[in-house]
Parts: sequence; structure tokens; C-alpha cells
Amino acid sequence: MEAAGVSAAGERAAPRLGAARRRYGEDVIKGLLILATLISLLTTTGIVIALLRETIDFFGTIGIWEFLSGKKWTPLFNPGSFGVRPLVVGTFLTTAIALCVAAPLGLGAAVFLSEYARPRVRKTLKPILETLAGVPTIVFGYFALTFFTPTVLQDLLHLKVSIFNALAAGIIMGFMILPTIASVAQDAMSAVPQSLREGAYGLGASKFHVSMRVVFPAALSGIVAAVVLGVSRAVGETMIVLVAAGSSASNTLDPRGAHLSLASFIGSTAGGDTPTGSIEYKTIFAVGMLLFVITLLMNLVAIRFVRKYRQVYE
Amino acid sequence: MSTHGGVIAPPSSKQRFKDVSFRLALLFCLGISIVLLGVLIYDVAADGLSHLNWHFISNFSSIDAGKAGAKSAIWGTIWLMGVCTAFIVPVGVATAIYLEEYADNTRWWNRLIETNIQNLASVPSVVYGILGLAFLVRGPLSLGPVVLAGGLTLGLLVLPVVIIASREAIRAVPPSIREGSLALGATQWQTIRRQVLPASIPGIATGVILALSRAIGETAPLIVVGAATVAAFNPDGLGSRFTALPIQIFNWISRASNDINDYRPLAAAAILILLIMLLLMNSVAIWLRNRYEQKW
Repeated sequence: MEAAGVSAAGERAAPRLGAARRRYGEDVIKGLLILATLISLLTTTGIVIALLRETIDFFGTIGIWEFLSGKKWTPLFNPGSFGVRPLVVGTFLTTAIALCVAAPLGLGAAVFLSEYARPRVRKTLKPILETLAGVPTIVFGYFALTFFTPTVLQDLLHLKVSIFNALAAGIIMGFMILPTIASVAQDAMSAVPQSLREGAYGLGASKFHVSMRVVFPAALSGIVAAVVLGVSRAVGETMIVLVAAGSSASNTLDPRGAHLSLASFIGSTAGGDTPTGSIEYKTIFAVGMLLFVITLLMNLVAIRFVRKYRQVYE
Repeated sequence: MSTHGGVIAPPSSKQRFKDVSFRLALLFCLGISIVLLGVLIYDVAADGLSHLNWHFISNFSSIDAGKAGAKSAIWGTIWLMGVCTAFIVPVGVATAIYLEEYADNTRWWNRLIETNIQNLASVPSVVYGILGLAFLVRGPLSLGPVVLAGGLTLGLLVLPVVIIASREAIRAVPPSIREGSLALGATQWQTIRRQVLPASIPGIATGVILALSRAIGETAPLIVVGAATVAAFNPDGLGSRFTALPIQIFNWISRASNDINDYRPLAAAAILILLIMLLLMNSVAIWLRNRYEQKW
């Protein structure tokens, strides 16, 4: 600190720009800010520790192979079966249905908002789409159970679905993740430089060709990220699946019947009254661990793809 | 135009048809989601409006569907939002300030923190419930299924939303403001407190409201934490047991109805209250954004 002001003899002293004295208050504040920042790291650590501890305990009782390969899931029976396959099937089925709805519709909406809509139209339509994203999932669940299944699927389309079914849960979940996909994909498409579009127009391309053969491929990594993010939200969704697809596990791929997913099992089993240390209590953590690992991997993939498109155009 | 006619042919009618139908298909993609939102709101309103009255707001839940109200759920939700706000505002803003104003982005630990926050933003909400169950309700803190545990669980869940929004608001304050303040002799914290924070408060407030509007509808973490499904009392403190609107809705949806008692309209009425609260919060956020938006 002192060296800046007192220089070699004969030379003009440079003005002192540093602080006159060390300000301990500033250090204390910085310390507090760092402490607050550590909370988010602690959250992740806490999640991992909480899941790991009980999961290891769980695998002490139930073999890991039995868990991953078993085809029967009846943890609450005595003696219970702990094959997680039916839950994975339920998760996969509802997510796949949701993706079939959300990927085409969401990407279509993204192309429209990014390439076709005038700024004023975009400014009106985008908030409506965001409202859809803000609807609590329990409300979607109610809608799927009391309107979509009986009125649309059974009465209107004459499908032989039971009142709890994976089809309604999947379709409504698709609309839940649609705004996420549309919004992230639109950001990626809007980030494509105007010069690429102008180049294509200059070569005589139509708007359709510019959108689908220039902008879409150029924004592909962002679009992949959008879809992966949407899938990861669908995989982790609890309430829609629990309310609309019921709470009995099924190992079939029949979307007309009830299904239990990883997340909806946790929601259906974990109440305040599950005794600590019991095998039900541990299954919640083991299933939670599997869910956490699956969504974590997807998020890492999505983050990687998002970084890629940012690097190219910014 | 005529001299270039040979180079670029005008679009054929087939091509024009393709363009128009593509545009219509895209419009359909967006339109169907808006239609669904409309049908959803109409359906809930049609089911629940008849039950939505003062009696419903001012009475506790009951086995008798005709007498049941959502009082404890409404107050539970208000308590939860209070705890959640008290947690996310200081922690979220402090984290954002550290990351934007102090952290050196080239250091690996700061990048780790950033990636970590991005990841936390997409951890399934039910997993946060497990975290709350293992550490807050049971385990080290052993608070039990009380307001404090529920509010903190929701707070941890939406903390990334606040951090990300606050960072954007802080980043939007131009460096020249900071440099001017520092050049006048203010310390770094004085600069942040007197220049950067006041300028970024609208953005931060918008982020906090958006975070709360996500927290208010979360059901799964509260179920896992162990919120009471039936409560004939309002919370009277941080250590009190509670229920909340989404929990009450779930309870009414899953309770079997019979000839005398139909609980579905109660669920719909409670959903309407939840949606009205959400609408109010979002209107405030939009108003804040428009009113205080600053162009530098």
C-alpha cells in the first residue's frame, strides 16, 4: 500500500490512489456475502448427503441388483418387492407422451415467435405462454383428472381409458413443459445473426427455407438444450402424474392405465408420518437418488449445449 | 425487377401455398396452448365459482363439504410465503452481489458456484422436499413439520430464481456508475449500497415476486416435508404445524366423493384463490418492471 505513494528520491511522488487505511468493515461485508453464496453450495451438498446416506443404508437391506432389475414394486407390502422397473417405466412413458406433445408444438411456437411474429404480436403472445408456465402443477393435475380424462379422452375421443391414466398425465404434462421448450428454443433462434438470414434471402430463399434450413440448424444446440430441459422437468414432475395417473405402479407400456413414476411414488409415500429408519422411509431416498442422478445428467447435457450456442454467436 | 427476372424466379403458387400452410401450422402450435390455458381457466371457474364466497375464506376445512372452507390453508400459505421471503431476499441478493461485484470469474471455484446454481434451478422440486425432510424436519435440525421447515424448503427451492434475476439486474447497472462513485472516493461497499443496489432494486423485486409465485404453487415438497392435510387451526408462529393451499387442493382432489359430499368444487374454489393470488403477484411484477425500468 505504501509503496505507491513513496517512490524513489528525486522523482515526483505519484498520487496515492489506494485506501488510506485498511477498512475492516469492507472485509466483514465481503465475508458475509461469501457466506450467503456458500448456502447454494451447501444445498447441493445437503441433497447429495441426505440421499446418499439413506440410499447406502437401503442397499444394505435390499440388493442393488434387485432394485435396478426387479419387475415388481410393492415396497409397502410385507414382505415387499423392491424392483424399481415399474417406476422407471411409468416415468419413461409419461415423459415420452409429454415430449410427443411438447417438442413439435413448442418448437413450432418458437419458430413462429422468433421468425414470423411481428414484435407487437410477440409482445402479446409471449406473456400468455409464460402464464401457462406459471400455472401450479397441482392445477394441471386437477384439470387432467376432472376435465381432460372424462370429457376429452372418454367422451370426445371415445378412448377406453381408466380414470387414472398415463395418457392424460403425459399430454397435460406436455403442455406444462411446452413454454420452457418454446422459450429456450426461441432465445437460441433469436441469437442467430441477422446476416445469415439476409444471406439466405439474397440467394432467393423463401421464409420457410430461411426458418427451417438456416435458422433452425444454426440454433440446433440451443434447441437440443431446450428439449433436454423440458424432458428433465417432465421426469421430475410429481403432482400431475400423481393426481392424473394414480398411485399404483404398472410395469406395462399401456398408457390407458394407471402408472406410478419415480417422482409420484415419492409424493404418494412420503407423508409426515413415515417413521425414520423404516424401509419405506429409505425407499423414498433410494428412489429420490435415482431421480436426482437422472435429472442431473440431463441438466449437465443441457448446460453444455446452451454454452455451445452462446460461444458461437456472442 | 424485370432485368433480374431470370436470376430469381418469383415464388410459384405451390411454394406460396407451402409457405402459408407452414405459417398456419406454426400459429396452430402457439394457438393450441393458449386455447388450453383458456379451457383450463374456464373449467376451474365453472367448477369452483359457486363455492367461492366469504364463507369459504373465513371457515376451516370440514368433512362436510357444504361447510368446509380454506381458512387454515390460506393463512398457512401466507405464513410460508413470509418465511420464504425473509430467507430468499437477503441470501439471494447477497449471493448475486458477491457473484457480480466481487467474484473473479476466472477462478474455478466461482465457476463451480455458477454451474451449481444453474443445476439447482432444475433439480426436481420433490427432491428439495427430501432435503427438507432429512435435514430440517428430522435429522440435525429436527424442527418437525412446521412453518419454518416448510418455508425454508420452499426458499431453497426458489433461491436460484432470485439469484439469477438479481444478477441480471445488477449486471444491467453500467460500469461507469461504479467507476464514478469509486473515483469520488467511495469504497466498494459504499458504491454497491448507494449506487448499484438502488438502481437494481426494481429488477431484484421482480425476481423475488417471480420466485414467490413459483413457491406458492409448489405441492410436492410440502407433501414430503409433511404438511398437515387436514388442519382446523391457523399457524400461530414459526414452530406451528401448517397446511397450505396446494396441499388442501390435493387433499380435496384425492378425497373420495359420495352422494352427500362432493369435494371437487372445493378444490376448484381453492385453485381459484391460488390463481387470483398468482395473478396479483404477477401484475405487481409487471407493474414494477414497467414503472421503474431504467434505460442508461
